[in-house]
Amino acid sequence: MTDKRPSPDELLRRVQQEQARAERGRLKIFLGASPGVGKTFSMLEMARTARQQGLDVAVGVVETHGRQETARLLEGLETLPRRDVEYRGTSLKEFDLDGALLRHPYLLVVDELAHTNAPGSRHVKRWQDVEELLAAGINVYTTLNIQHLESLNDVVAQITGVTMRETVPDSILDQADELELVDVSPDVLIERLRQGKVYVPEQAQRALDRFFRRGNLMALRELALRRTAQQVDAEILDWRATTGIQTPAGGGERVLIAVGPNADARRLVRAGWRLATALRGECVVLHIETPEVRRARPAALAGLAEALKLGQELGARCVTVTATSVSEELEAWAAAENVTRLVIGYSASRWGFRWRRPVAERVLGRDPGWAVTVIGLTRGEEKTRPVRPPPSPARSGWRETAAALAWIGVAAVVGLAVRDIWSTTDIAMLFLLAVTVAGVRSRPGPALVAACTSIVVFDFGFVPPYYTFAVSDVSYVLTFIVMLSVAISVSRLTSRTREQAVAARSRERRSLALLSLAEELATADTAVRVSEALRRTVRETGADVVLLVPGPDGTLENLDATAPPLDAKEITVAQWAYSRRSDAGWSTDTLPSAALRWFPLAVGDAAVGALGVRPPGNVTAFSLDQLRFLDAAADQGAIALERLRLADRTRRDQVEIESERLRTALLSSLSHDMRTPLAAVEGAATTIRREGSQLAPAATAELLDTIIGEARRMGTLIRNLLEMVRLESGVLQVQREWQSLEEIVGLALLRLERLLSGHPVTTDIPGDLPLLRADGLLLELVIVNLLENAANHAGPTSPIEIGARAVEGSVEVAVRDHGPGVPADQREAIFEKFRRLGQGSGQGVGLGLAICRGIVQAHGGRIWAEGPPDGGLRIVFRIPLPAEQPSPIPEA
Amino acid sequence: MPAGHLVVLIEDEAPMRSFLRAALGASNVTLVETGTAREGLAQVAGRKPDAVLLDLGLPDMDGIEVVRRIREWSPVPIIVISARGREADKVAALDAGADDYLTKPFGVDELLARLRVAFRHSQRGDTPQPLVTAGDVEIDLAAMRVTRAGTELHLTRTEYRLLAALARHPGKVLTHRQLLREVWGLQSESQVHYLRVYMAQLRRKLERDPARPSILITEAGLGYRLRDA
Repeated sequence: MTDKRPSPDELLRRVQQEQARAERGRLKIFLGASPGVGKTFSMLEMARTARQQGLDVAVGVVETHGRQETARLLEGLETLPRRDVEYRGTSLKEFDLDGALLRHPYLLVVDELAHTNAPGSRHVKRWQDVEELLAAGINVYTTLNIQHLESLNDVVAQITGVTMRETVPDSILDQADELELVDVSPDVLIERLRQGKVYVPEQAQRALDRFFRRGNLMALRELALRRTAQQVDAEILDWRATTGIQTPAGGGERVLIAVGPNADARRLVRAGWRLATALRGECVVLHIETPEVRRARPAALAGLAEALKLGQELGARCVTVTATSVSEELEAWAAAENVTRLVIGYSASRWGFRWRRPVAERVLGRDPGWAVTVIGLTRGEEKTRPVRPPPSPARSGWRETAAALAWIGVAAVVGLAVRDIWSTTDIAMLFLLAVTVAGVRSRPGPALVAACTSIVVFDFGFVPPYYTFAVSDVSYVLTFIVMLSVAISVSRLTSRTREQAVAARSRERRSLALLSLAEELATADTAVRVSEALRRTVRETGADVVLLVPGPDGTLENLDATAPPLDAKEITVAQWAYSRRSDAGWSTDTLPSAALRWFPLAVGDAAVGALGVRPPGNVTAFSLDQLRFLDAAADQGAIALERLRLADRTRRDQVEIESERLRTALLSSLSHDMRTPLAAVEGAATTIRREGSQLAPAATAELLDTIIGEARRMGTLIRNLLEMVRLESGVLQVQREWQSLEEIVGLALLRLERLLSGHPVTTDIPGDLPLLRADGLLLELVIVNLLENAANHAGPTSPIEIGARAVEGSVEVAVRDHGPGVPADQREAIFEKFRRLGQGSGQGVGLGLAICRGIVQAHGGRIWAEGPPDGGLRIVFRIPLPAEQPSPIPEA
Repeated sequence: MPAGHLVVLIEDEAPMRSFLRAALGASNVTLVETGTAREGLAQVAGRKPDAVLLDLGLPDMDGIEVVRRIREWSPVPIIVISARGREADKVAALDAGADDYLTKPFGVDELLARLRVAFRHSQRGDTPQPLVTAGDVEIDLAAMRVTRAGTELHLTRTEYRLLAALARHPGKVLTHRQLLREVWGLQSESQVHYLRVYMAQLRRKLERDPARPSILITEAGLGYRLRDA
């Protein structure tokens, strides 16, 4: 299996990697075999060189351990202030991640990659700080001892007898752009230690005795050299793949690591990972969940969770599948995935006795055809040491035992009654029946008690000689054994069935919960509804949740008023989970002191929110089941939010298109309607200016009339535009006062005196028309616009009629012209903005009627157009009268 | 227009000033131009003009305040200039003692008409005329008699009081509040509907076409005025 040339997909992936790398900061790791080889020293020397080259270098954190040579190197370099962390009464100086991100130097020196941060820091480990620095585009120099590398953890422990607690995932080493091995021979190192250059003298002697033995140092040095070589190897492979040079055979290996509940399961993952790396193969961590897994000890379950997490940290694919038989599923899965090697654990049983063969043996027994690496696990906790489910109150152990014994009692009573008629064998059958029934109805403990009791009772009362425990016939012993094993098998069988049923029920409940969540989310039309649905669903696990969604400025907000309030710290954690799209908070490695566990809600690359889960009071971590359930709920929530976001964007786009259309119409109208009168004014004025007294008085007068008329036209246009803007922007406030329609019509007629001079205008306004509660200026504008419209569209001398009447609790006003009218199908359209009928027949930008409609509607009325049978256009509006009439007027 | 009238213009916009200068120059009015309220107040105090043209949108002082300060010591007619849509400003200026207003944009004819009224008032002083003429209507304030084209009109007490309030300041805009206060008393100064109803009644008796009044003129959003002569 050799790729001659990278596939397009592969090339794309590389390009994307390159891009990501270009935006990320570069990481250089100074790797050493042990403390004291001079990593920090080399690193600082490099940093100084960079500083001398004019680069912006800062020191985030460096531990000099009292070494003067190192301290001297720090002089002249900018050292960032550390953060004080109070922890159990002592003040710790910790690296200030936020300060460093804010300072944002080109190159930051961060010593001791494997350091564990003080509790209360954002990240548990310093390497996570470094990840964040790199993601922010800051280049980082850091140091690492080989013993802190995760995958070498066991090996180092075996060599040195010291288990390292501070570990760094291998993936960060693989991500390093440069790896510099700082190497000295063990003899030199020991000499340095003696001279007190590494530790202060009293510490040095202890260190020499324990850790810095020559054999240890040599072994560690070999590890460091090999790991560096491996890195170089990987770089060569990468280069070869990019350039299309053939890779030597050896690729295509697939290592499957099968993990189960075991406190030591991490060792399997480390071993498998080393194997896969050595083979340059792919690595998959598989966990097959069977009903037994649920009953494993908490320590074993925690080990399993840690192993899966380690797999993820190392960069392996981690898969969990559910099945009833581990060996069968393992085989099927491995075959389907073309696995070449299997890494599996084997532990000796506690008592040297097993109910079933261990999985490793079963797999080997099937001769699977792939290489199997079996790793011995130290403690026999791999499999079923069932944790008894807590007794349900209705069926406590005592009551169950009593019930089981009652069945034996029944058998004894019946047996006594028929002892002389039935043979002893038949009575044995009777007891067997009772034991079986007791087994079916109770758990193994009470069933066993019942079985033993039945043997005693049977022996005492029914095996000759009666009323002694002596057994005359040895074959009865066989009967006893049968009774005992029947009781045990039956009760084991039934209790397992029962547990499976319970598990199935809880699975079903969760599935149903997720299903109903999906249904609710499908109809949720706001983020608040999504939040409510999520809360309802997750509450079934005993936890409470909070959904945060980004506000307009990108900061997370809690929209659900019924959700419990969050303090600022939780919001910070949520923001982190959201922006980094990874879990954070309670029971994670990032900001674990938070009260809530935060799940990022993301669809593809787009983060859409964060889900905070407040765990029920008494738990220390979520079970795998719960995590899976919460993940599923978070996924569904994310999809629902994304759907809302897209719908919202579509809506906004439509509004934008609409307003864009209006803008275009407005611009084209304005450019025509403003320029035409302006051109006329300018033309007329320049003519008068140039010709002066040469112009005939009549001509001058005509030109001046043009200037005045056109200026007025522009005035009207600007007035309408302003009113439109005020109407649309919501600035317009209707100032209602008692108004007389007659007065308002009078004002409008006065204002339009010039325009209407050729038109006979008749008004028909009854003297007893009730007063209106309206904004006088706006109402006047409506009448003015309607009259202008009528005058402009109906021809120079056509008559105009204004009528008003009180009708159905409103005042109805109609303005009618005798022009060409408007076709019935367009009578609604004329109220739209920038709508003009025909071409160039009228003036204005077609805002007049739109403004009328806006004003009338602001008064709670409506306006429409009619076509009277005898021609022309009639525009009618109604304004409702207020419920209360004006107060009576006293005599003055 | 009689010669020698002096007008102080307080206006900060140059184009408006040049327009007014041109318009009034042809009408034989001496115009003193000032760009700020402070300078304007000094000119009004020093020159004792026949009328003041005051733009309400000044950079250094609120126009209403200018009106108030002039009124502290001088009855000189004040005509305020303001844009449409700023009715509240005009009402405030009128209530503060301004005599008349002009809404931008306005024509020369309108400007001269308002100034003519102002000059007449400044000559006449504050003493009310016993006999006021508006079109074909005559109001005899001394005899409390109103005739139209020689025929006596029968007005109710309230109608007469309203008409008399307008007739005491012919040509001057009286705000709703001023009229209500004068006719119905302080407690009724916000009951605009009293005016609407009584003006409609008066118009039915005084006007030829109540829908197009020529004697009782509506000032939109501000108040009413009686046609001057």
